[in-house]
Amino acid sequence: MINCREAVSRLWAYLDRHLGQEQERELEDHLGLCRHCCGELEFAKQVRDLLKRPGRTTEILPESRAKLEAYLKGLGEKL
Amino acid sequence: MQESPVAPAAGFEDIVRPHLEYLYALAVRLCGNRAAAEDLVQDMLLRAFRGFPRLRNRERPRLWLTRVLTCAYYDRLRVTHREEAVSLPQNEEFDLFDTVVEEDPFPYSDRVHLDFLELFDDAKVIEVLQHLHPSHRTALILAYVYGFKTREIAEITNKSVGTVLAWLFRGRKRLERELWEYANRNKLLTPPQEARV
Repeated sequence: MINCREAVSRLWAYLDRHLGQEQERELEDHLGLCRHCCGELEFAKQVRDLLKRPGRTTEILPESRAKLEAYLKGLGEKL
Repeated sequence: MQESPVAPAAGFEDIVRPHLEYLYALAVRLCGNRAAAEDLVQDMLLRAFRGFPRLRNRERPRLWLTRVLTCAYYDRLRVTHREEAVSLPQNEEFDLFDTVVEEDPFPYSDRVHLDFLELFDDAKVIEVLQHLHPSHRTALILAYVYGFKTREIAEITNKSVGTVLAWLFRGRKRLERELWEYANRNKLLTPPQEARV
């Protein structure tokens, strides 16, 4: 049985489905018995989702859009 | 990542325009601010335009445009020496889940981990990402914000799948530490002694 430290080091790879069959089975055996690591797994999902938190920071401003579209059009006309 | 194929006769403008918002958003996440993002997108558009006649496979325009933008981003980092300035961290031992429990910044809450993550809006998350190594930042953004597969990120960055997996592993650990340090540095956490007054 793997210990908590080893289990935690595999959680994100587990979520990404990057673990091999044996590693995955060992982790799932551990998760079946360890509430702490189940909490860590849930938290890893939440941190992953945090990265795509919606908001206006990445929205393109109208003036930037106009500038980039004009630039793109200018390039397109050169073809 | 699934993509809708473009018509074989589609021109440069037709191929790029539907991805302009995506390219800008990706650039903001990589660069950390709008002005640098706009410059980067303009630079990548020129590069994409120059490379367009040699583009044979037009079935995955988003992947191609992402590769061009990422390449332009790395070239800028090389020019400004920012890549060298940020040291590539080795394996991190820090565990955010345990740290939040041990430090207990929300003593009256029964959902301390969610409370901690709710301190970060989208702008703060982008700020935190700027403290990561550029390779780690790129891999995390492409994988977890835009859903690129590891082999696609390897193709985009011209690295091996093993390298990308290492970036993701180290980047995730570093991200946890940076979230905690950002919250402390910016006094987002209420000290327990104040909360009890």
